[in-house]
Amino acid sequence: MMEEKVFTRTPGLTDKPFHYCPGCTHGIIHRLIAETMCEMGILETSIGVSPVGCTYNNYEYFACDMVQAAHGRAPAVATGIKRVHPNHTVFTYQGDGDLAAIGTAEIVHAAARGEKISTFFVNNAIYGMTSGQMAPTTLIGQVTTTSPFGRSADAQGYPINVSEMLATLQGAVYIERVSVTGVKQIRQAKKAIRKAFYVQQAGLGFSMVEILSTCPTNWGQDPVSALQWVDEAMMKQYPLGVFRGSEIEVKPEWK
Amino acid sequence: MNKRVLMKGNEVIAEAAVRAGCRHYFGYPITPQTEIMHYMARRMVEAGGVMVQAESEVAAINMVYGASAAGARVLTTSSSPGISLKQEGFSYIAGAELPAVVVNIVRGGPGLGGILPAQGDYFQATKGGGHGDYRNIVLAPASVQELYELTVEAFNLADRYRMLTMILGDGTLGQMMEPVAFREEEPIDSSDKPWAVTGFKAAEREHNTIQSIYIEADDLEALNNRLQDKYQIIRQQEVRSEQVNCENADVIVAAFGTCSRICRNVIRDAAALGIHVGLVRPITLWPFPDAAVVSAADQSSVQAVLTVELNAGQMVEDVRLAVNGLKPVYFHGRTGGNMPTQKEILDKIRSIVGR
Amino acid sequence: MEMTVLIAGFGGQGVLSAGKFVATAALMEGREVSWLPSYGPEMRGGTANCSIILSDQSIGSPILNQTDVLIALNNPSLDKFSPMVKSGGLIIVDESLVKSVPNRQDVRLIAIPASDMASEAGNMTFATVILLGAFSACTSSIQRETFEKALLESLPERHHHLIPQEMDLFDQGAAYAGQS
Repeated sequence: MMEEKVFTRTPGLTDKPFHYCPGCTHGIIHRLIAETMCEMGILETSIGVSPVGCTYNNYEYFACDMVQAAHGRAPAVATGIKRVHPNHTVFTYQGDGDLAAIGTAEIVHAAARGEKISTFFVNNAIYGMTSGQMAPTTLIGQVTTTSPFGRSADAQGYPINVSEMLATLQGAVYIERVSVTGVKQIRQAKKAIRKAFYVQQAGLGFSMVEILSTCPTNWGQDPVSALQWVDEAMMKQYPLGVFRGSEIEVKPEWK
Repeated sequence: MNKRVLMKGNEVIAEAAVRAGCRHYFGYPITPQTEIMHYMARRMVEAGGVMVQAESEVAAINMVYGASAAGARVLTTSSSPGISLKQEGFSYIAGAELPAVVVNIVRGGPGLGGILPAQGDYFQATKGGGHGDYRNIVLAPASVQELYELTVEAFNLADRYRMLTMILGDGTLGQMMEPVAFREEEPIDSSDKPWAVTGFKAAEREHNTIQSIYIEADDLEALNNRLQDKYQIIRQQEVRSEQVNCENADVIVAAFGTCSRICRNVIRDAAALGIHVGLVRPITLWPFPDAAVVSAADQSSVQAVLTVELNAGQMVEDVRLAVNGLKPVYFHGRTGGNMPTQKEILDKIRSIVGR
Repeated sequence: MEMTVLIAGFGGQGVLSAGKFVATAALMEGREVSWLPSYGPEMRGGTANCSIILSDQSIGSPILNQTDVLIALNNPSLDKFSPMVKSGGLIIVDESLVKSVPNRQDVRLIAIPASDMASEAGNMTFATVILLGAFSACTSSIQRETFEKALLESLPERHHHLIPQEMDLFDQGAAYAGQS
C-alpha cells in the first residue's frame, strides 16, 4: 500500500523550532497565519512586524520578510512599511500587553487612519514573557503576579475589550474575535485570518483578528484546563464574533 | 547653481529632503519647526511621496523605523520636547542599523520650557539620549544655505553608515529667511539596500529580518563591536569644522550654529579694540572636531579658549576634553531663549585678555 | 555697507510681510539679506516684529542688538524698540496708531498717518507699504522698481491687480518723507 502524506510543515514557517511553553496556542496561531500566506500566494510579498513579548522573535519563525518593533509600536512600524510598499501585505502580531497597554495609541490611530494593514491580536489576559503580570485584558478576580489577591475593579479597573472599542472607528473595516480551543474554532480562526488579508489586499482599510489564547504557565494551569478556561471564563468577557465588516464577503477575484 | 531665492530655514530643510530623494515624512506638530510639516503636506503630494501626521512623536519615529526598514529615505523633524519622546526610536534605529534623518529645531528647556531658540539639547544629541552604547552623526548648520547642503548630506551619511543622522538647528535658523541657491542636481549616493524588507524572491535571497534584539551575550557584543568599529571610521572620515581668523589669535572662541554667527560679529568688534579673536565652528558635533580645536588653541599667541553657547555649558565639556589643559577654557552662555549679545561676549573676552 | 531694519507692530498688520518685501527687493539688487521674525504662540492681535539686515558682505549674526532703522506700527512697539535705534538712525512711525513719540534728539523721526491713508485706500494692510515708501526715500536702500518687482514675486497672483495701487501709496509715503 502506498503511503500518503497527509500533513507537512508549511513553507510559511522556517525550520526553527518554536520556543513556546507546552499548551501555549501561539504555535497554532503562527501556523494558521503562515499557511494562509502560502495558500494565498503572498508569502514573498508579505512583511510582518514582531512585537515585544513572548513572540518577540517570531521573525525567526515566519518565512517572510520581518521587522522587530519596540514595545507597542508595531502598528506605527507597519504604517511606515506599508506606506513604502503599498502593494505588499503588511501585518503585525501583537499580544495584549503590547497592543492594549503600552501600544494603545498606536493601534487606535492606525485603525482610525484606516491603515491598510492586518493586526493579529493575541489575547491571553496576562503578560507572559515578563512572568505573569496583570494585563489590560486580565479578568476581574484573576490572580496575577501584580494582582495577587485577584484583579479588583475598584483598585485596578476593568478589562479592555479591544475589538469592541476599535469597531467604533470608521477606518477599522473588519474586526473579528476568534479562539483556537478546538478544531471548529481553529477553522474559524483561519477563515478570519484569510479575510483580514483579503480586506487589506482589496484596500478597504484596517483589519484585525483578535485571537483568545492560553498561557498555562502563568495561569498556573495544565494545557487542557487552560483551554477550558478560555471557553468558560474568558469568553464571558470576550464573546466571539464579527464586530465590524460582517457584510464584507471574501470575493474569489481578490486573490 | 540656480538663482538665489529667499526662503525660511524650516522650508529649506523640507525642500532639501525632497531634492535628496526623501519621499516619506512622518511628523507631529511642535513649534518652532512646524513649517517643515506644512511644506511637506503640499510638496510630498507634488513629488508623489507620503506625509503622515502621526498621533505622537513616538509613533512618528516608529513609522520612520518601519519605512527605513522597508528601504526608503525617510525624515522626521521635531523640537526639543518632541525629540525627547523620539529617543526610544533612536536607540532601536541604532541597534537595527537603519538609516534615518532627524531634524531637531531646538527650543529652550527643560520640561515644556519655551519656544525660543536654544542649544540645550547638545548633550542629548551627541552623548546618546536613548539607552545603550550608540552614537548619532550630528550636523550643526549655521545658515539657511548650510541647512540645505547639510540636510542633503545627512541623507547620504545616513545611508552610507546605516545610522541616524541628526541636524541640530535652533529656532532662529528654522524661522529666519536667507537667500539659498539650490543645485540643479543633488549629489545622491544611491547605494543598494540588500538588507531591507522589500518582499523577497525565494530564488534570489532568504527572507530578511530587521531587529535590535540579541538575547545571547556574544551576539549582542558582536553588534556592539560592529557599531564601535563603524563609529571609529566616522571619527576618522567625517569630522567637519570651520576655522575663522584663527592664525596668531589672542583668544579662540568655539561656538556652533546661530551662536557662531554672533561670535563672527565679535571678531570684528574685538579687532577694533586691537584684540585678535579666532573662531572654531564645529559643523559635526559628533564626531567632535578635536583636532581643529587643538590646532587653534595650541598656538603660542593664544591665551585662552572661550566657548559660547545658548545653554548652561554643554559643548564646553568637549572643548575641555580636546584642549586637555593646554590653555584655560572659559564659558559664556545664555538660556531660556535669550541670546548672548556681542557686547557680553566682547566683555568676557576683554576680562580674559585683561584689556 | 550694512543696514539693519526692525519693523514692529501688532500681528495682522503685515509687519512680517513688509520685512519680506524689503529683503526680497534687496536680494534682487544683489545684496546679502537676512530676515528674522519674532515668533510666539500663534494668535491674532499679539505683537509681531522682524529684523532685516541688508549688506554688501556676508552677514554675521541675524540678531539685532541695535538698529539703524525702526519702523513702528503701534505705541508698545515704539516704546520697546526705540532705545535700540542707533544715534543718527531713523524712526518711522504710523501716526494713526502712535500717540506719543520718544524724546530722542539724536535720531530722525518721520510720522505718517499710514493706517488712515491705507483705510481711505480701502485696505489696512497697505499701511506698511506707505511706511516702506518713506523708508526707501530716506535711506535709498531699495529702489522703487525693485520694490515693485519684489511685490510681484512675494504676493500671490490673486493680489497682483493691487500692485499699481500699492505703488501709488509707496510714492505717497516717499513724498511724505521728503516733506518732513
